[in-house]
Amino acid sequence: MSKFKKNKGGGTPGISTASLPDIVFMLLFFFMVVTVMRDTSLKVKNILPFADQVEKLEKKDLVMYIYAGKPSPRYQDQYGTEARVQLNDNYAKISDIQQFIYQERQSKREELVKYLITALKVDKETNMGLVSDIKQELRKAEALKINYTTKQGDASLNLE
Amino acid sequence: MAKRSAPEVNAGSMADIAFLLLIFFLVTTTIETDSGISRKLPPIEENKEDPPPLKEKNIFIVLVNANEEIFVDHHIVKENPMKLEDLRAKAVEFLDNGGGTGDEACNYCQGTGDQESSDNPVKAVISLQNDRLTEYGTYIAVQNELVAAYNQLRNREAQRLYQVDFTEMEKAFKDPNYTGDKDKLKEKIEKIKDMYPQKLSEAEPKK
Repeated sequence: MSKFKKNKGGGTPGISTASLPDIVFMLLFFFMVVTVMRDTSLKVKNILPFADQVEKLEKKDLVMYIYAGKPSPRYQDQYGTEARVQLNDNYAKISDIQQFIYQERQSKREELVKYLITALKVDKETNMGLVSDIKQELRKAEALKINYTTKQGDASLNLE
Repeated sequence: MAKRSAPEVNAGSMADIAFLLLIFFLVTTTIETDSGISRKLPPIEENKEDPPPLKEKNIFIVLVNANEEIFVDHHIVKENPMKLEDLRAKAVEFLDNGGGTGDEACNYCQGTGDQESSDNPVKAVISLQNDRLTEYGTYIAVQNELVAAYNQLRNREAQRLYQVDFTEMEKAFKDPNYTGDKDKLKEKIEKIKDMYPQKLSEAEPKK
């Protein structure tokens, strides 16, 4: 009988943490599946507008990204608060866009060049002036297929 | 001989290792947004010829000004500035009017056939204009509503002809795992696109 009395001491029994690794692994796998590696570090504020008539961008390797928006707070001392364009990892001038497009084209296989799409990731508080300038440069570079990247949601959320 | 039991591996630090990995992935990855409104920009024309004249009633001008107000310059719209919620309905009314006669008649339109509004969806053009100070969010909202108007009409016709939504067909067409006949599907999509071509012009902003 003494066998069964062994652990009946005072004090509360400790909570088993044996399943903690399982829980953490589950979270880990979730994040590994739904996220992708960052390839550029954003230097601009980038809160995308909402839209619900969206199409999905299929081939990720055929997308060129152009970011625009106000500089992030930690760069504002240096660059001010005027909205700027970001290409790859750095701020760029409007006139650099053409060069950027040509470079991207060169890095792709020739037969794929015509499928290239430019995705505009523009902060929703940016003025259209900048966006129009970007579009004008894209027209000059003959990169006519564009995609205004948006979050899924009701468009009226943009007006708030 | 008694079996020697293997010494148990201490798994206490497993959680720490997993947390470390988890935090690494949280920091280095992002949840990517990869959907948006696709548009095609007009090419720059070298020699500026006069574009073919368009009848005024076939152009639906939407202007978004710097104060985020939406003005529509067309006969069928009476009140200005306009609310965003009303824009889609008005655009549909304009596109689907089908006021043309003879060659320009539209036999699938369900609009009122108003003589002062568009002749035929094939001729109807929506022109979206903006100021340089217009906010991008508002512009996208308006753009979204106009695309929605087209999609609404295309869905309606696709439902009537093929009993399936146009947007569903497009999704199926892009899906690499689609099992049906893709050529047939493409033909259907092209047909609907011909009925309601997306003539949405984005003008350069006025200085």
